[in-house]
Amino acid sequence: MEYFVIIIGAIFVSNIVLHQYLGICPFLGVSGKVNTAIGMSGAVLFVMTIATIVTWIIQKYVLVPYGITFLQTISFILVIASLVQLVEIILKKVSPPLYQALGIFLPLITTNCAIMGVALLTVAKPDFNLLKAVVFAISNAIGFALAMTLFAGLREHLDLMDVPKGMRGVPIALVVAGILAMAFMGFNGLVKV
Amino acid sequence: MNQVANFTKGFIKENPVFVLLLGLCPTLAVTSSAFNGFGMGMATTFVLVCSNIVVNLIRSLIPNKVRIPSFIVIIASFVTIVEMVMEGFLPDLFSALGIFIPLIVVNCLVLGRAEGFASKQSFVSSVVDGLGMGLGFTFALTLLGAVREILGAGSIFGYKFIAGDGILVFILAPGAFIVLGYLIAILRRVK
Repeated sequence: MEYFVIIIGAIFVSNIVLHQYLGICPFLGVSGKVNTAIGMSGAVLFVMTIATIVTWIIQKYVLVPYGITFLQTISFILVIASLVQLVEIILKKVSPPLYQALGIFLPLITTNCAIMGVALLTVAKPDFNLLKAVVFAISNAIGFALAMTLFAGLREHLDLMDVPKGMRGVPIALVVAGILAMAFMGFNGLVKV
Repeated sequence: MNQVANFTKGFIKENPVFVLLLGLCPTLAVTSSAFNGFGMGMATTFVLVCSNIVVNLIRSLIPNKVRIPSFIVIIASFVTIVEMVMEGFLPDLFSALGIFIPLIVVNCLVLGRAEGFASKQSFVSSVVDGLGMGLGFTFALTLLGAVREILGAGSIFGYKFIAGDGILVFILAPGAFIVLGYLIAILRRVK
């Protein structure tokens, strides 16, 4: 039940993009087509899960015991940056097809605040064990994927619409994202987060 | 380069939020009131100016291959300073901004200026550029925060001028997206 609450809470109620405003750059940047949106979501799922596991372990067994939590920001970003490089190298060797699909998105992920954001949110929850942290990270990544794909689908339609000149491109996309966020507000109260 | 033009470009012509669309996560997240937007903007300005200075000074010492990680470490150090100072002196603002203070590290605006400007231009230009871009960012965040606060709570900088509640949705997530969308559209029209 506890896990169910975490999953529903992360995907729908406090959706990482539409409720917590994390990962807006890829949300607006690579959501032009459904295919690229899915590719980006896959890469985020992959890196977010690994990054959360590693940063959770670092926080729990290095930063807190030695009383150096002020190094959190600097150590997390270094871990994430090197992790992304590592994932890229391993993926290239082990699974070329997966690398083909996700490769171009990986370098973009270092500065994707969703990864760092979820890592920080996870370590801020005192009652989380490692399994809960993993479930939380995966659910957030699914929430990201859901928002991305929905938005990409909407934007493909937007291209065919007759939008007033000043609103074309980013402004109308932001308004659409706002309405989508409003729709997600309907999930409020589904579970207590 | 003309330093005056270099300084003022961040406000309208190359505004980081409205034109370059950089650093949108903090822009949307912390602008539920004008003061929060202003605080976030000033914190980012500090990090931007300091990292521009350091990157510019040591650019010839950094090997080209590891320049991005080095820049990130420099930026992260200044973010940690901001975090500690703000927690000590402005605890209310610190808790209002929450995880978006450490997330200045991954703000693409800061890394973008370090990589695209400070590592190439002269020292004075880099400082002026950091200051101009940072204040432009602050201007955008304060404007967005002010509009959302006026519509959502009927107040400005915490000073209430309408009795009763505002349109609550503008303080919540959807309002952030919609107000930013319309502000960009209006700015395009003005230009």
